[in-house]
Amino acid sequence: MREVAVVATALHQVPALTDTTEVQLMVPLLNAAREAVGLTQADIGFTCSGSSDFLAGQAFSFVQTLDAVGAFPPISESHVEMDGAFALYEAWVKLQIGEVDTALVFSYGKSSPGSLRDVLALQLDPYFLAPLWPPAEAIAALQARLLLEVGIVGAEELAEIAVRSQRNAVGNPNAVRSSREVTVADLMAEAPIADPLRPSDLAAESDGGCAVVLAAGDRARELCDRPAWIRGIDHRIDAHGLGTRDLTLAPSAALAASLACTAAGLEVDSLDLAELHSPTTSQEAILVRAFGLGGSTEVNPSGGALAGNTLMAAGLMRIAEAAGRIIDGRADRALAHATSGPCLQQNLVCVMAGD
Amino acid sequence: MSGEPDGGVRLPASLSGVEAVQSVRTPIRLEYDFRPSASAQSYLRAYAERRIIGHRSPVDGAVFIPPRGVDPRYGVAISEEVDLPDTGHVGNFCVTHLPIPGRKGLEVPYVSAWIHLDGAAVGFLGLVRGCPHDEVRIGMRIRAVWKPDDELEATPENIRHWEPTGEPDVPLERAGNRSFHASRPQTDGNTGGNADA
Repeated sequence: MREVAVVATALHQVPALTDTTEVQLMVPLLNAAREAVGLTQADIGFTCSGSSDFLAGQAFSFVQTLDAVGAFPPISESHVEMDGAFALYEAWVKLQIGEVDTALVFSYGKSSPGSLRDVLALQLDPYFLAPLWPPAEAIAALQARLLLEVGIVGAEELAEIAVRSQRNAVGNPNAVRSSREVTVADLMAEAPIADPLRPSDLAAESDGGCAVVLAAGDRARELCDRPAWIRGIDHRIDAHGLGTRDLTLAPSAALAASLACTAAGLEVDSLDLAELHSPTTSQEAILVRAFGLGGSTEVNPSGGALAGNTLMAAGLMRIAEAAGRIIDGRADRALAHATSGPCLQQNLVCVMAGD
Repeated sequence: MSGEPDGGVRLPASLSGVEAVQSVRTPIRLEYDFRPSASAQSYLRAYAERRIIGHRSPVDGAVFIPPRGVDPRYGVAISEEVDLPDTGHVGNFCVTHLPIPGRKGLEVPYVSAWIHLDGAAVGFLGLVRGCPHDEVRIGMRIRAVWKPDDELEATPENIRHWEPTGEPDVPLERAGNRSFHASRPQTDGNTGGNADA
């Protein structure tokens, strides 16, 4: 395997971008990520982005966003209609092949002009589920109900997860929900939105974007004093049909984490931190169990996706948050997770370490 | 679709002989509430004052219309607005002989043209009228025909169409995007497309 590292990151997340286009959002982020390691677009071997036409409300919307990249003379470029973490995977593969030594990955989501719950309903199967337009929180609540009824998780643990996210998010400029004072009792007193899920169990909706520069081998060492080496990365998918799955488990997440940790040669309990893309507290509880996290591993030091879940970018942001802590020396070993689809259907796990 | 012994789909007895489902209709509709970007808002508001606004690149002075807040060649933010004249030339065109369903007041054939305003580096779409369609040509000088002042709103529809000025044509080799060399920042003061400066 070729050594590949995250060498620079930039992210921005707010409750809603009103007067700013996706292009204007990404220009400063792309420049910040490239300039952090002294690169211009001409130095980038491959560029890959992730976004969704369902958020933009127009076909091939990612082409317009390339205006932000500086794509002239023409560049080598690709796009996935997925979270940017999966765009990072494509760039990682390109670097493994050895065609390029550097890659720029970015993703963004501006869901505020539309209805996120309606957009998410359309990712369900088009014959039996999507025509019912179930809200995403109702689908997630079915999963949470099972967890509680089976006794895997208690309602109090869900509130504890929400409290931890809001406290960790204090001081994170990209968190859209944070609180130093909130308590478990406060959150348990909230009226449920989709019983048993309360407002604080659901990730805060946000608009934003993220840019990451990858580099291979000695190029990474030239560009960055302490690259966040990607030691293991894997993504797996569970069945699409919700009725065919045991929703209390996330086998694809567990497998991706197991394979990524094995590739990295790391035990899970040696991780300093884990950044989890959990759209609900109940899904975070599933992920913590699927990955076997505990002990000295800090979960979501940034507040995680619960503190701001920009659709299409929240997964790449988890990688950026984890990598940033390795690059600046706050952590040595970190796991970042990204998810897509209903109830943790698709999962990517990226295990990174510093030298 | 009937049950087959060789491993094909086997329907339960309760479904034997029923009419097969030929299709499923799933109406899908998403609504968006878009707010134009700050640069688009300036552009649209300027139309209400019979003005046309472009954005000037900080890299080489090239002027883009409509203003999008970015020079797409370099991925550089633009904030400098410039007023453009309502005169220019036809950079390219096509003659359409099919009507647009539901659109009134547009007789066929009509001429869609890529309008290159004087001082702009790129063109934008407009209708050319005021001369026979077979007289429209690349390089033909044109000017905007605006709605009356009391009908102006914050919309590009304020320009009803573009009509010939009768001035000498812009030479073909200097017309349209062909005069704009995006890969080389220009140093001779010609910001591209401004063929009549």
